[in-house]
Amino acid sequence: MASTFTTEPTESGPLSPLVDLLPSGQKRRQQTYERIIRVVLTMVASVAVVITLGVVASLVQPTYQFFQEVPFGDFFGSTKWYPLFDPPGFGVWPLVVGTFMVMVIATLVAVPGGLATAFFLNQYASDRTRRYLKPILEILAGIPTVVFGFFAVTFVSPNVAQKIWPVGEVGFYNALSAGLVVGIMILPMMTTLAEDAMASIPRSLVEGAYALGATRREVCTTVIFQAALSGIIAGAVIAISRAIGETTIVLLASGSNAEFTFNPGQAMQTLASFIGFAGIGDQPTDSTGYRTIFAVGSLLFIVTFVLNMVSIRIVRKFREVYE
Amino acid sequence: MTVHMVSDPTTLASTVSGGRKSRDVIFLIGLWVAMLLCTATLLTLLVDTFVTGRSKLTWAFLSGHPDPFPEDAGIQSAILGSLWVVIPSGLGALFVAICTAIYLEEYTRTDSRIQKFINLNIQTLAGVPSVVFGILGLAFVARGPLSWGFTVGTAAMVLGMMILPVMIVAAREAIRAVPSSLREGSMALGATKWQTIRRQVVPAAVPGIATGSILGVSRALGESAPLIMLGALAYVTFNPSGFGDYYTVIPLMIFKYATEAQTEFQVSAAAAIIVLLVMMFALNFLAIVIRDRSRKAW
Repeated sequence: MASTFTTEPTESGPLSPLVDLLPSGQKRRQQTYERIIRVVLTMVASVAVVITLGVVASLVQPTYQFFQEVPFGDFFGSTKWYPLFDPPGFGVWPLVVGTFMVMVIATLVAVPGGLATAFFLNQYASDRTRRYLKPILEILAGIPTVVFGFFAVTFVSPNVAQKIWPVGEVGFYNALSAGLVVGIMILPMMTTLAEDAMASIPRSLVEGAYALGATRREVCTTVIFQAALSGIIAGAVIAISRAIGETTIVLLASGSNAEFTFNPGQAMQTLASFIGFAGIGDQPTDSTGYRTIFAVGSLLFIVTFVLNMVSIRIVRKFREVYE
Repeated sequence: MTVHMVSDPTTLASTVSGGRKSRDVIFLIGLWVAMLLCTATLLTLLVDTFVTGRSKLTWAFLSGHPDPFPEDAGIQSAILGSLWVVIPSGLGALFVAICTAIYLEEYTRTDSRIQKFINLNIQTLAGVPSVVFGILGLAFVARGPLSWGFTVGTAAMVLGMMILPVMIVAAREAIRAVPSSLREGSMALGATKWQTIRRQVVPAAVPGIATGSILGVSRALGESAPLIMLGALAYVTFNPSGFGDYYTVIPLMIFKYATEAQTEFQVSAAAAIIVLLVMMFALNFLAIVIRDRSRKAW
């Protein structure tokens, strides 16, 4: 609809007949004014581009300097991470594994949970149930991460994580409670994206399945799930990318020890929570420790950027199928 | 084969039996468990916080300043700090978002190269983890070219950049929802393009823009990660009075109290959470009121 309006504008012609009737001096002023507005809008619209460039630019130079001081092989070839100590260790693997563990736990909560909620909203819920469920999801989506973090430390860690984990001790700080709560945090997002994908399936497909005698479960697990699969995957990828970037919950619930371990009962540090942790202690600007923040930030940015691009690609492909 | 299957409803019912039926029930139970998970978590979170923090929620707490001694701990400077940071960042982001939305919706063609390029940037920006905005702020705003230090101005700037993508998306949707008949009518009466936008399109889009931007502001109000890196994690015992002042915000006070060893601080953290949630719910309520009041059928 906007396109009908945007066909090359301002200058003159049929779109602004009154301007044509004005005395030529006023008309020219009018046109200059319109042109200035256009330039101003273009400039302001490029702010988003400038910020994106700024994000990349802020990372590049310190990261480059970091790798001048710390060999690439140390960063990716070692499992000892204590960059702010003396002597320092710069092996990033503990952070990568920590990020991976928190992500996996969060995914195990959010993807099945979000999918189930989406199925329920899409096929099972009456209007009344919907009216209760939607606000609950909206409130859950609006809870600040620091509140989730507090909840993770004071409630989930002692009452859930330390109770349900079957193998070994679960410490006060643990990746398990962080992952569970991050999963709850991204669940509304997963639900919304999955339900959007389900809602865009042509009704004829669903009704055809019901007409052939399929039960609601069969409609959900076969027709809807398969037709919406790419949208569901795209949503899951976005949600996972959000989980990877989550800082505050992990920082509060999983502590600040970069342990190289796969045991979720232990404290772990993720890429994001390291950045937050290092940012608390005011690092001297011209130190390797300060640049570590940027190196880890670059890694985090690249990972989330790739995931987002993958998701956008999937969505684009998905759109082509139905339109 | 299909004929006798569909013709008789009893045949249809009999196919839904045995294994299929029990699997249907198990599936439904699974869905209910997921529902319960969401609802129970939310309820537990709210009730647990309220029960813990209620006793601390006094005037002394609201009017006192943050303090390393739990019995004196308050959050006045954090409440004012939050307002000082969030209001300018919201207004700034709102201005940029409206201009960007107008440009994209009214001045560029759908799927033109410039629109695709700006879209890609907005999408990228929306996917950047919030803590990376803290890095951006650290490198360019607090230090580096701008060198504003750990001040209200830095925080407002960084949060404004962070909520910009949300605001742009909201403003675009609101502007797109304005029917083209309104534009065409205005143009037919001789208004120029900008007159049409300023007097017709934007006013018609105001409720949508307001609703979306309130949600953006509410996100800025609850955000903590970038500000952890920008010096807000401190016991600030005075109210900010300008953009150059040091500051703290409510989410960071919650963080600070939550990480203190003494358990009395947990109560302060919970009380601060109640204050934060009340402020956010008030904002969201405002958004709902605006949305409902201005519901127009085009």
